Amino acid sequence: MEQFFDDYTLRTVTLGTAILGAVSGALGTFAVLRRQSLLGDAVSHAALPGIGLAFILTSSKASLVLMVGAGLAGWLATAVVLLVTTSTRVKYDSALGLVLSVFFGAGLVLLTFIQKYPNANQAGLDSFLFGQAASLVVGDVITMTVLGGIVLVALLLFWKEFKLLAFDPEFAHSLVLPVRWLDIGLTTLLVVAIVIGLQTVGVVLMSAMIIAPAAAARQWTDNLGVMALISMVTGALCGVGGALLSTSTSNLPTGPTIVVCAGGFVVVSMLIAPHRGIIWQQVRQTVQNRKLKSEAVLLDLFELARKHDDLGYPHMETALRVIHPKRGTLYRQLRRLEGRGLVKMYDSGAWALTPDGILVCKQLLDERIR
Amino acid sequence: MVNAIEVRDLTVAYRERPVLWDIDLDVASGVLMAVVGPNGAGKTTLIKAILGLMKPAAGQVRILGKPYRNVASSVGYVPQRGTVDWDFPTSVLDVVLMGLYGRLGWIRRPGRSERKEAIAALEKVDMAGFAHRQISQLSGGQRQRVFLARALIQDARVYLMDEPLQGVDATTERAIIDILHSLRSSGKTVLVVHHDLQTVSTYFDEVLLLNVRRIASGPVSEAFTDTNLGLTYGGRIAIIKDAQ
Repeated sequence: MEQFFDDYTLRTVTLGTAILGAVSGALGTFAVLRRQSLLGDAVSHAALPGIGLAFILTSSKASLVLMVGAGLAGWLATAVVLLVTTSTRVKYDSALGLVLSVFFGAGLVLLTFIQKYPNANQAGLDSFLFGQAASLVVGDVITMTVLGGIVLVALLLFWKEFKLLAFDPEFAHSLVLPVRWLDIGLTTLLVVAIVIGLQTVGVVLMSAMIIAPAAAARQWTDNLGVMALISMVTGALCGVGGALLSTSTSNLPTGPTIVVCAGGFVVVSMLIAPHRGIIWQQVRQTVQNRKLKSEAVLLDLFELARKHDDLGYPHMETALRVIHPKRGTLYRQLRRLEGRGLVKMYDSGAWALTPDGILVCKQLLDERIR
Repeated sequence: MVNAIEVRDLTVAYRERPVLWDIDLDVASGVLMAVVGPNGAGKTTLIKAILGLMKPAAGQVRILGKPYRNVASSVGYVPQRGTVDWDFPTSVLDVVLMGLYGRLGWIRRPGRSERKEAIAALEKVDMAGFAHRQISQLSGGQRQRVFLARALIQDARVYLMDEPLQGVDATTERAIIDILHSLRSSGKTVLVVHHDLQTVSTYFDEVLLLNVRRIASGPVSEAFTDTNLGLTYGGRIAIIKDAQ
């Protein structure tokens, strides 16, 4: 019986974190591409006073009630940021920082106030700071699933409009698409995606769930749809991995565990992803440089031989060394070309192009002329 | 016959500073017009105000005799290349298809026939071979051609282009000019923000000289005079013309 209960809790937690990871991964894709990652941070911090107020007003800890409070506060925060940037000379980043800290401060004040409430057990609210996956119950997961489902369906329905909004909002405007409403809509979806995760990941680190999976996904693909899918899967994996780790180890807060996991994905992606990964780029550059260097030697041999009416005319290494002073490098290049069957060495130590080598030279020269 | 573009008493201000002051402009149908003027003259602002992207402080704009909203599907827009993030994860074909989003309406996705149209538009700008390239892999001139293809697919009657020849190589410039001329010969009206004074008279029929106010507009032979250039650029420009 005990075992069954544990599995049951575990399954609830797994399902809940998978859903929140997938939803925040999908919306994070757009947030990252629209350079709104920090807006996510402001929204999640700003949600805290919303949670506190919702609890004070209703005395309820039902997840839907708290999520509505969090959502309204988060949404209000984005509206304030917009208002401040459009009507004052305060810049976007300053406005974000301002709103984030003021709302978060207000949230902490409210939490302390609630702590002194006579009949309220506020332990549940504390977990909203750093997240507590173990506190998820079936009701919470159902709420998360329904809200998350709505967000994903909306994203899918308006996919092409949101894509254009993210890529070229002015062009969207010129097609008389309602850019302002699309913007509000997409931001609202982002707020909902954040709100879904607050109980599990916590307000302090929730923005990482928006940014990290999308940033990792960007490394692997050049297609928006594929990027969103990879981001969703990454988000879900991080969510589940982090939640399982934190629930199996007592008192480990879930948010940090999930975020450490997501950070791992980002680092690995930045290092090894094809095309964009750092290691991949290094390797490609080295290969490219090596190819150019040996091609240069090959072409020099071609130039020298051309003066003799015989393209296969052999030359001593010394003749080439006039052009390529570094002895070791030159010898290595010649050996490498020999390995590719483009040059051959005579017993005298002289080097000559093979028929294949002559062909390659002609192709190279053709390409360069074009 | 109704003018393609009619601008009346247009004033646009950014905060308290006027960027465009009391502009009147008529562009007849089938005309290829250059908009020239120094930096900060309000060339881009004029285009944006015509498209309704910027709210005028005063005045009004009519396109084909109607407000922009009612004729948006007949207007094609080529923004400056630098206004978008070319590292966005999307392909050349996808960008061109965006030109059809207005016509497609909500929720519907572009399908096979739309993709065919997009390829045809790319062929016109000689970029069909790049359809599946990621856009960050394109050169500046290629990016400009892609933006042009996105406008061509709109099959508009009036085109507004912001610096399409800025920083492109000679081949691309030639190709773009050919397209502008073929647009004109099929009766389209094209307004082009242009920066190279040397080519105004060879490429364009009419010209608008702009420096916050409208200095002059009309056929190049009449409006593009040393006096007007001096008024637009502040006196120094005649030297360049003499050197030509």
